Amino acid sequence: MWSLFLRDIRLSIRAGGGALTGVIFFLAVIATIPFGVGPDLNLLARIGPAILWIGALLACLLGLDRLFQADREDGSLDLLVLGDDRQMLALTVLTKCLAHWAGSVLPLVIAAPLLGLFMNMEPIGIGATALTLLVGTPAITFIGAAGAAVAVALPRGGLLISVLVLPLTIPVLIFGVSASYGAVANPDPFLQPFLILAALTLFLAVLGPVAAALALRHGAD
Amino acid sequence: MRLIAENLGGERGGEMIFSGINFALEKGQALIVTGPNGAGKSTLLRVVAGLLPVAAGRLLLEGGGEDFPSVASACHYLGHQNAMKTALSVAENLRFWRDFLGADFLSAEEALETVGLDGVGHLPFGYLSTGQRRRAAIAKLLVSRRPLWLLDEPTAGLDKASEERFGGVMRKHLEVGGIVVAATHLPLELGEAKELRMGEAA
Repeated sequence: MWSLFLRDIRLSIRAGGGALTGVIFFLAVIATIPFGVGPDLNLLARIGPAILWIGALLACLLGLDRLFQADREDGSLDLLVLGDDRQMLALTVLTKCLAHWAGSVLPLVIAAPLLGLFMNMEPIGIGATALTLLVGTPAITFIGAAGAAVAVALPRGGLLISVLVLPLTIPVLIFGVSASYGAVANPDPFLQPFLILAALTLFLAVLGPVAAALALRHGAD
Repeated sequence: MRLIAENLGGERGGEMIFSGINFALEKGQALIVTGPNGAGKSTLLRVVAGLLPVAAGRLLLEGGGEDFPSVASACHYLGHQNAMKTALSVAENLRFWRDFLGADFLSAEEALETVGLDGVGHLPFGYLSTGQRRRAAIAKLLVSRRPLWLLDEPTAGLDKASEERFGGVMRKHLEVGGIVVAATHLPLELGEAKELRMGEAA
């Protein structure tokens, strides 16, 4: 499993990998918001966490279609599915998700504090948003894996994955943003939505790979 | 170990591609599957590997023991694609499959030497020619021990010398008690082998 993780990380870093695409897309989204909303600093600070979360969510969805499609195109996916008896397919999927998260989504989390400055956010708000992104974005990847597995056989599945996955990521978005607000706006709680966000991630870490494994096994042709 | 197919049928997209296939292979035996394009050779191999469901009849592997309880766990499947990443070096690709597939056999370097590709291990897989890619994929069969080899057009793109070398690799596999099922249009240097013709009124 470790070797699969390393291989996918290497692939995301080397030429043709998607590690930078997401970050640049994220940067583009966040950088254009102030131009659209106008130079009202208080307003920007207030909507900052929500904008960061939405930007990160969309950037996450961007690279998902390659999660299994690249392996399918060169035939590796057949061998990963056949390896089910030795390396449980759900674990293989979980490993691929973790590698995808570390390779393509973790850079977004690291870039988030810098982009938070663009939104005139307070340091504590920036920290809270980065923390919620760190805890919440794996959930998006796990849901996305199920969507990517369903759409793996379709030539232009990227849009379909986004449409399939987006509604399911709404709870993650809601609790992520409300926890980020909880850290700055005083009467709102931080801990409760944050713990629910963590629970969502843990729950989907089980459900997502199992669902994706099922889809991959039955979607082979 | 015995691989047995009884009245096996396979379908793709709800349409029956072939049916009534019977064969039984003992240790050290090879089966060559021939037939015109579209006869269902690749589908048969995918059904045997377990990538497609068995639509009719039975397929079983006897005497696999604890190591190889099912066909999927006992087989190397070499499809049309080589299952190698173009961005990684040949040796990195082979080392990954060696780790992932388990049951270590030859090291990546030894396997490359066996297929006559020593000295290219450090090159990205994408730099290789078609024939060299196929040979690297054949080296993948050697890094992990599997008794059953399912080969789909294994010699596509190989030159004469590589074909002979690959014939030797397969004969050696049969000598130690392996089983080979190969779908091909080209004659394989296998020596004695059973033959299954598909797509003709038998």
